[in-house]
Formats: sequence, structure tokens, C-alpha cells
Amino acid sequence: MKDDGLYTKLLQRGVSRRDFMKFCATMAAALALPSLEVAAIAKALGKGRKPFVVWLEFQDCAGNTESLLRASNPTTAEILLDLISLEYHETLMAPAGKQAVLSRENVVKMQKGKYLVVVEGAIPMKDDGVYCCIGGRTAKDIAREVCGNAAMTIAIGSCASWGGLPAAAPNPTGAVSVQKAVPGIPVVNLPGCPVNTENLTATLVHYLTYGTIPELDSSRRPLFAYGKNIHDLCERRVHFDEGRFVRAWGDDAHRKGWCLYRMGCKGPASYSNCPTIKFNMNTSWPVQAGHGCIACTTEGHWDSMSPFYTKLPNVPGAGMGLTVKKVGAGLAAITAAGFAAHGIRRVVKAKKEKNKSG
Amino acid sequence: MPKIVIDPVTRIEGHLRIEAQVEGGRVVDAWSSGTMFRGIELILKDRDPRDAWLFAQRICGVCTTVHATASVRAVENALEIVIPSTARIIRNLITASQYVQDHVIHFYHLHALDWVDISSALKADPARTSSLAMSLSDWPRSSTTYFRGVQQKIGSLMNSGQLGLFANGYWGHRAYKLSPETNLMVLAHYLEALDWQRDIIRIQALLGAKNPHAQTFLVGGMSLPVDADSQSALNADGIEFLLEKAQQALTFVEQVYMPDLIAIASIYREWASLGRGAGNYLACGEFPGDNVPDTLNLWLPRGIIRNRDLSTVHPLDQSKITEYVTHSWYDYKEGNSASKHPFDGETIQRYTGPKPPYQSLETGQKYSWLKAPRYDDLTMEVGPLSRMLVAYASGHQRVREAVDTVLSKLNVGTDALFSTLGRIAARGIETQITAEMMLSWIDQLGSRMKQGNTRIHNTERWDPSSWPKDAKGFGLHEAPRGCLGHWVRIHDKKIANYQCVVPSTWNGSPRDARGQRGPYEAALINTPVADPNQPLEILRTVHSFDPCMACAVHVVNPAGRELTRVRVV
Repeated sequence: MKDDGLYTKLLQRGVSRRDFMKFCATMAAALALPSLEVAAIAKALGKGRKPFVVWLEFQDCAGNTESLLRASNPTTAEILLDLISLEYHETLMAPAGKQAVLSRENVVKMQKGKYLVVVEGAIPMKDDGVYCCIGGRTAKDIAREVCGNAAMTIAIGSCASWGGLPAAAPNPTGAVSVQKAVPGIPVVNLPGCPVNTENLTATLVHYLTYGTIPELDSSRRPLFAYGKNIHDLCERRVHFDEGRFVRAWGDDAHRKGWCLYRMGCKGPASYSNCPTIKFNMNTSWPVQAGHGCIACTTEGHWDSMSPFYTKLPNVPGAGMGLTVKKVGAGLAAITAAGFAAHGIRRVVKAKKEKNKSG
Repeated sequence: MPKIVIDPVTRIEGHLRIEAQVEGGRVVDAWSSGTMFRGIELILKDRDPRDAWLFAQRICGVCTTVHATASVRAVENALEIVIPSTARIIRNLITASQYVQDHVIHFYHLHALDWVDISSALKADPARTSSLAMSLSDWPRSSTTYFRGVQQKIGSLMNSGQLGLFANGYWGHRAYKLSPETNLMVLAHYLEALDWQRDIIRIQALLGAKNPHAQTFLVGGMSLPVDADSQSALNADGIEFLLEKAQQALTFVEQVYMPDLIAIASIYREWASLGRGAGNYLACGEFPGDNVPDTLNLWLPRGIIRNRDLSTVHPLDQSKITEYVTHSWYDYKEGNSASKHPFDGETIQRYTGPKPPYQSLETGQKYSWLKAPRYDDLTMEVGPLSRMLVAYASGHQRVREAVDTVLSKLNVGTDALFSTLGRIAARGIETQITAEMMLSWIDQLGSRMKQGNTRIHNTERWDPSSWPKDAKGFGLHEAPRGCLGHWVRIHDKKIANYQCVVPSTWNGSPRDARGQRGPYEAALINTPVADPNQPLEILRTVHSFDPCMACAVHVVNPAGRELTRVRVV
């Protein structure tokens, strides 16, 4: 391993090679990669200079920034000190005002085409974008410049991925996603309200290892995270299948952990890995804590999935028929090939073949 | 001399711009502008009131949970729903864990770099740092080797040419005063706090499903089942886990946060007479001890301090809260000098500021997306300082003890509280006493669980068919940054009107019709500025308020109707 890489740094802090390999294995598991990729991750992370990253916040609530702060695998400190060079983040950076803007401008100028941008929050387009100004410039203007010159843009959270809450009806400010505000740039969307920390860190690690983003679905969301239906992953599925439902908050069924479909759970219409990886170091997730899913990774969910306590129509197996019907515009289009494992293995195979011939 | 402009103000939540006029090395005037608007209140119109808390919570992800709490309270107030005690205790624990985690993050990750010079930390002697740390606290991570490791890590970062978040900081500014050893010690704790906060917030993940953005609130109670015998509910294991995390939280606050706070405050003593502001403090109070909607039985009491006078606690009557738009990008039908209670009137957003890209705002005209809330036409500051002052003046025993202890350690009188340093100290004191209370509230929850008092939801008014045709109510909640209020009108089972007045609107407000400055603007007067190109001192006072600008979004009432006064339950 070369000097100054993550591995060397970790060694200096007393982390053993064994622990480092274990870390890489955990990353591979999160990305649903076969174990022989662990060595590739280890090699890539051991390399020298950290990639430059600019983190932009627009019409946001900073929930995704807070999600970054919850990172445990790797930790936030490891991400910020060892894995990336986060040159601009308004919530955390030391300088303010013109010195802060200088940090951002330096990256755009001197690392043109090579840096990563993470965008949090929607971008207002109505009235020339006056609803979000930073340093006297509109969000639209900043996004076009910074994302337009980046190697890759990661839209983090539902607001940046598809407009989120500001875009909910009647969308007073003309809020849109990064993709819509800056057409034509390479974007990966990591929706969630906010995004699950693990999905952010795994996507970053994939990019740092391979220089590319993981395989995406038609909404440009990584399949490893958003390829599976919550209803299929849910620990309460057996109760749904057997017709055991909660009918009132706090009833016997609720205490026994039965299915929350009748209490409005939108799990059957939602694609995310929440039931598997959960939140906050695998502590819990909404259904486990007794409240239905609100499908926050689904485009337009604030409008298409509400009222949140009204149950979904026509979910197969709920005794209502065998066909799945779309709920408003909310259901993402999926194909058989869109499911995670198959897709990820294809990426890995393609890379290996490329390496052999390259 | 041209105005100093700081935009973006960093190390806050959201988008804030400060313009300041400096003469003779001191700020003589200042203007605070919120530069982002979303219109969430318009988005809430016509929705199911039981959904409101899910939407409203997304007003802010730093002070997550707070808008959910105010929202369910407003709807419960409107529909006259009394929640079960177990649900109340769960909510209090969620609030408490939010204060503790949020305040510590603020001290280290948002505020510390105003006081701590990283370049100086690199010159520290690790052995002397170790002695310093051990003299202040029993915290075990204090060896020479440990501090040397931190120093090397940051040193190699600063030498790598990739300084990341620390690039272009005001390192070496003459207003930095801490010794190299104190700088190194606090820097080490900055890194430790990053690890600590993600672990102890699991209290909220257990009680609230996840953090940020809890998902176990319900109008009428909470969705978290409590049952000692169930693996699918909060059970005895869960209580043990909560106690463990709460103790972990308290220990860090007692052994790391508070000693660092005292160490920094004792060197920056002149900040006890800077950032004084208007001198009026408002607290709606928090941590209800019974289930009556908007009860006054609150662990942290409600009240108002006027003119820094701690001998009198004035009552808070929420009907005296009004908002001006004189200097804000909104119109009132009644004219630009009018002020309106959250329930009254019509407000329309209309940007009349300079066309971007712009160099400066028209500070004599409208200059912010924030409205100007006033109480009885007075500027009011909100936040931990307001809460501690009201509690102190109300004779709250634990608050008195804790405040007096800190004042005596710093060898200052109560007048020092009305300052930038006062805000910092009050935040730390509040963190400590709240972390203490968490342990007793968890015990209470555990007892209730054992006794089978597990009702977590009042289902009587869950079904909208049980609601009156028209209803209105309000929910008050002390968010970490201060008093928060949501006002809701329900008509035919849907939200007819929804209004929020949030802490950072109080604090970050622009002038009102009488030209009275908002709290940030007033507090910045007389701030020394050694170097207008590096306005570190201005950041110190602004950060002492812990701004949260996404919260400070305006509330629009799209209906033009005259409304009657809010019924106080």
C-alpha cells in the first residue's frame, strides 16, 4: 500500500490490517458485492490523494448533513479526515463569507472536471430563483456552475433527488431536483428523508474504489439501496401474508408487532433497504417502532402517499385482488432486471473484464 | 466605510446574511437577513391534520423532532385531545435527548472554531495538554500519547495541502486567546464529540424510529408500543439501553463539555459584556408534568424577563405575539406598518430585494425572508438563555444551583448572563441539568412499563368523523434554540390555515415598523472588529444564538378572512 493512504493512516492510529480488511468487507457487504471485491476496495482506499468534494445546501433542512454526522462505518471523522477532502460545507466549515466562497471557487477552478459535488436541498426556479440566495447569487446559478464543472454530482436526500418537501403541492417557489435544475450532468440520486447514512457512505466508498457510481435504476438511484421493495424485506411480512393486522394504535396486535398495512403503511409502494440496514447503527426503523412507512424515497411521496394513515389500495395478498395498481404517480417503474443482486454482479463482472483487457 | 458583508454565515443551520457597519473598530449597526424561503405553510393547506407533523418536521433536520412536537400539540389543542402519560414521557425524553445532543454539537462543531485556533493547537506540548486536561476533569482520554496522536493527525492534514473544512479559516487572528494546550485539548474533544453524538442519539432512534426525523409521533400520543413482555415493543431491554445511553450522555457533558466551556469562558471574559442585545427574554416553557393541553405544569417554566430585570417574571399571553413585515419580503393588505397575530390576516410573499447577483441589500427597505415577531411590541430573545433566566428568576432550585456554580467559577455576577458568554454558559447549564433529568424520566417510563401503564395513544379522536366542523388551536414547544409555536385552523377535517413562529425568526428578525432591531442586530452593536476582512468577532455573537434559518421560514395564510382570537385552553 502506498504512503498517506487510508490504510497507512489507520495503521498509525493502531488499526490492524485485519481490522482494515474487516472494514472493507463490511463496505462490500453494504454494496452487495461478492467478497473477492474486498481486496479491490482495500487497494483503492490505500491510495494517496483524497478526492476533492464540495457540498452544497439549497432549500434544505440540513437533515442529510446530520445523516452524514451519524456515519459509523466509516465514521464521520474518518470520512472527513481520511477519505475525502471536503473543501466546502456551509454547516461545518471554519471560514465564513468571502473566505468560504473562496474555498469553493478554488476547487471549481483548480480541480475542474475532477471533483465530486454533493447537493442537499431543492433548487427554486420560480421568479429567476430568488427564493434561495447565497453570497448574493441564486442557488440555480451556483448549482449550474459547480455541478456543471464536476466529475460527478450526488443528489442527497429527497429534496435534491426529486424536489422533496418544497416541491410538494402547490410548490410555491418552483422547487426542482438537481437533475432538473442542471440538465445533462452525471447525477446519482440518493433519496430518503433524510437519506440513510449507510447508503451515502457505501456510495462514496464505491466511487472512491472504482471511480464510478454503483448500478442505477431508471430514477438514477443505486440498486443496492433502492432496488428492493420494503414490503419484501419487512420483518412483519409474514403477518401481512397471514392477515394479522394492527387495527388501532396501542391495541394488542400493535404490541405484538403485527402488520401496519391497515394503519397506512406504504411499504408495498416503497423501494429502499430500510428494513435491512435500519437507522442509527442498526437500531430501529419506522415499522419496527410501530409506525408505517411513508415511502420517503419515492418521487412525489408527499403528494402521492398522503394521507399517510389511509391504507394503500389493491396490495396483493391483502385480500383485495391479485394485481398491483399504481398509487398516483408514486410507484417507481421497475423491471425484473432492476433487482439488486443480479445487477451488481454484472457491474463487477464488467469491471473485471475491463481490467483484464485494459 | 462600506458595510462588512458575511454571506454565507457558516456553521449555522440554513442561509443567513449579516451586514454590519463598522466605525472606530466597532460595529455601530447591523442587519440580519434570511435568504431562503420554501413556503411550507402553503404546502400544509388542505392536508389531513394528522399528517401535519410529518410535513412540518422537515422544516428543520438539525432541530429535528421539534416541529413534529409543536404540530401534534397544536392539533391536539384544537381537537381537545388529552394524551396518555406514557406518551408524554416518551415525548419529553425525545425532547431532552434532542437538547443534549444538539447543544453539544453546537458547542464543538458549530461554535468552537470561533474560539479555538487550530494552527495554535499544532504548537502545543502534548504532555502539558495532558496535565491540563487531567487538572480539569476525570475524563479518561487524557494521556500525552493521546493528545500527541490528535496533534499529528491534524498536523498532517494541515500539511497535506488538502485542509478541507479548515481551509481559509481565520487562523492566527489576534482575537484568538487560548493557550496552544487548551486549543489542542478542545480540538481533541471536537473529534470525540463527533463519535459521542451519533451513539447517544440512539435514544431517539429507539423511541422515535430514527434520527433525523423521528417517525413515532401521532396526534393523540405516540406509535411506540410499550410492553415488558414483547420483543416488538419498548421492553426491559430497551429501558436498560436508554439508561446506558443517557448515562453516557451525562458523563460526557459533565466531564468534557462543561469543563471545556468553563476553560474557554474564563479566558474570553470580555465576552460577558459583549453581545448584550435588547435585554428581553421569552420562554414558553417545556417538559409538561401532566397531560392537559398547554399546561403550565412545566419542568422549565414559562415566562418573560424584561429589561434584564430578574426580580420579575412576567406571564406569557400568546395572543400578544404579532409579526411585522415592514422590512420583510411580504405584503400585508393592511399596509406595511401593520403587525398581525399568527391567526390573523393574509400574507403574500413578494421579493423586492436586489436582483441577484447582488453586492448588498437595501437595508432601509425590505431585506429578509424572516418576518419580525414581537411580543407586546417588544423585541424578544429566545433560547437556552431565556429558559435559564426565566427558571432562575422563578426560583427553580436546580437551575439556581447550576447557574450560581458557573458564575462563581468564572467570578462574575448575574449581569454577565446578558451577553454572548451568557448564551454559551446557559446552553451548557441547560444541557447538564437536562441530561440529569433524562435518567429519572427513563426510570419513570420503566416503572410505568412494569406496572402495565402502557397506553400510548388516545384513540377517541383519531377518526376525523369524531371532529367538530371547525376547530383551532396552538402548540408551544421549547426547541433547543428557543420558543416555537404552531397555530392551526381545521375546517371540514382539513387544514384551513397553518402558521409557525419559530425561534430563529424571533432571534434573526429584521427591524419592525418602529425600527426596533431584532436580537442578532441589537446584540452585534458595539462588537469589536479587529480586521474587517476577517470578522471573527461578529461570528462569535451570531453563533452564540445558534441560528437555525430553515426554521425561520415565514408562514403564509392564503385565506383573507378576519379570524377570532385563539381560544386558550
